[in-house]
Amino acid sequence: MTLAREHILARIRAANGPGGAVSAAAVDSAYGAIPRDYLRAHHDPARHDILALFADRAADYRAVVERVLEPDIPAAIARALTGRGASVRGQTAGATAPVRFAAPAGLPPAWLGDLQAGTEMAGDEPPMTSAELDAIAGVVTGCAVAIAETGTIILDHGPGQGRRALSLVPDFHLVVVRADQVAADLPDAFARLTPARPHTLISGPSATSDIELIRVEGVHGPRTLHILLSL
Amino acid sequence: MPTYVGMPSFPKAARTAVADSQLRHNLTHATHTIRAKRAGAIAELDDWEQLRQAAKVIKDHTLANLDTYLLRLEENVTKAGGHVHWARDAAEANAIVATLVRQAKADRVVKVKSMATQEIGLNEALAANGIQAIETDLAELIVQLDHDLPSHILVPAIHKNRAEIRDIFRREMPDAPPGLTDDPAQLAAAARTHLRQEFLKATVGISGANFAIADTGSLVVVESEGNGRMCVTLPETLISVVGIEKILPSWRDLEVFLALLPRSSTAERMNPYTSIWTGVSDQDGPKAFHLVLVDNGRTASLADRTGRQALRCIRCSACLNVCPVYERTGGHAYGSPYPGPIGAIISPQLRGLESAADRSLPFASTLCGACYEVCPVAINIPEALVHLRAKVKHTMTERTVFHLSGLVLQSPRKLAAAQRFASASRKIVARSGRIRRLPPPMSGWTDTRDAPAPPPESFRAWWARTRGGKR
Repeated sequence: MTLAREHILARIRAANGPGGAVSAAAVDSAYGAIPRDYLRAHHDPARHDILALFADRAADYRAVVERVLEPDIPAAIARALTGRGASVRGQTAGATAPVRFAAPAGLPPAWLGDLQAGTEMAGDEPPMTSAELDAIAGVVTGCAVAIAETGTIILDHGPGQGRRALSLVPDFHLVVVRADQVAADLPDAFARLTPARPHTLISGPSATSDIELIRVEGVHGPRTLHILLSL
Repeated sequence: MPTYVGMPSFPKAARTAVADSQLRHNLTHATHTIRAKRAGAIAELDDWEQLRQAAKVIKDHTLANLDTYLLRLEENVTKAGGHVHWARDAAEANAIVATLVRQAKADRVVKVKSMATQEIGLNEALAANGIQAIETDLAELIVQLDHDLPSHILVPAIHKNRAEIRDIFRREMPDAPPGLTDDPAQLAAAARTHLRQEFLKATVGISGANFAIADTGSLVVVESEGNGRMCVTLPETLISVVGIEKILPSWRDLEVFLALLPRSSTAERMNPYTSIWTGVSDQDGPKAFHLVLVDNGRTASLADRTGRQALRCIRCSACLNVCPVYERTGGHAYGSPYPGPIGAIISPQLRGLESAADRSLPFASTLCGACYEVCPVAINIPEALVHLRAKVKHTMTERTVFHLSGLVLQSPRKLAAAQRFASASRKIVARSGRIRRLPPPMSGWTDTRDAPAPPPESFRAWWARTRGGKR
């Protein structure tokens, strides 16, 4: 294996010729000199309503977007889960049992303070098995950053966001985005993240274009993405 | 890279494909749909050309310093708890993956769509080791269930329409719901149900990567369905097979490439899901992560000053969707996992110009340049095609024909005689109005090209007979 590694590196050096063999510092300075004439943001936050743009773009990809005032978050969460519970129950004739949702550690406790009868919350500590996760109707999380230009939310799976599987296996994802988490465009968003963490970028519910290149929502990931944009 | 078994050269394969009217209908419908949407997604950004130029320069800089960046990637992946393996060719890469799967004591693996694993024939190699690879991307699943081959980089089942897909599901998917219609939403739901248990019980996941970030050791998988998230998150062991050219110097470069890739491939501002991970994380995702870096012909391409630009490719498939040749022949005619204009320059570079199929690929183009225009990393595909054409060694027949043509064209008398001979032979060589296949040794000429039949009378003969139509 060391053999393969040395062989490949030697072939690269031979292909690049004598000009290629320079110090790491020289490579970094050449990288730093690459012209980047593109825009830092396609909608300048000084002149555009970035939150409205985010809401529009997320909705364009069939996410459900609700704008709520910060104190109203608990009520909005309760309402969304009750609605989802009713539709889950509706699929099972005569069912009256409570519907189980999950929330990760680190979610502000007040957010779950208004839950209505029929909604049950599970934690993920110790971590649920994949089969247990599959039996959960939906999940409530926060996020790390959002991108207005593309209607994207980014989870870095820190406190209040849960491990990656938690927001993947259940069919319903309710996510709270705070106004100060919304970046105008990609450059600002990536600058806010910590690369060492795992990240998931989410733009609408799961989708596919694999049949006749026509977009269809709802494959393996959550088929419903509900965003609460907190103002 | 495998040449698909028994693959004829492009002109022969194309002839069969063009005669398939259902195939042409499916392709025209799909490529025209995506073309219009892509144009819209790109028109939204005023600085598309600047993004494209930045991407081109970043990739060229990376290729020029590939050794430095690969070592940096290795160091950072290892620091984050991952293991890095190097493979010179497909056989080495397949052997590494098979050993890792066996060490994980698995006989089934779930796979995210990956061009690199198509290229090295990983599924077949795993099967030979008693390991079943389950494709989880919807289009790959369709192709796998139908025992067919992919025909498009992004949408491997682009050659199938919804009714054909429904028939495949009904025939090959034991748990397909009764009464399944050809509604794409229903078909997607059937795939969800079919694969759910596989995801939940999988212990090994295999992926490629769209990007590998040298300065952080992060891997990036761009997808739509969530099957990618499942494969890189749920299994205990994750193996990513990645071509050495997929590397980007820095985390920051994602701001360029994630602006270009989704708009170019699916015409979306952003694809539904992108997973980014760095080594292994405590309590989140796989406990073991292996990165297999694959050369498999890439360093040979790197050594070619004109051909190396193909290594900038980010596999968006925009060039396939605009190509007038691809639109008519489909992907199978290219005889490679990489079809279309980019395939016509990648396949012969990675595999060499040994087979008749690979020698014909640089000619599978009208050089119209539409591919270059849409390429998000500005690969000058026509330039590379012409460059490769010049490298194709001519057969003895071709060299003889060129030599004789030289002699004939030197003398008006010899030309007139040759034209008379050609006109006289037209009934024998070109029954359908075109010269398609001549017996050896003349097959050395017709293997890679069609030629119009000689006219019954040459222009010179007509002029001599009629004085330009006056007699």
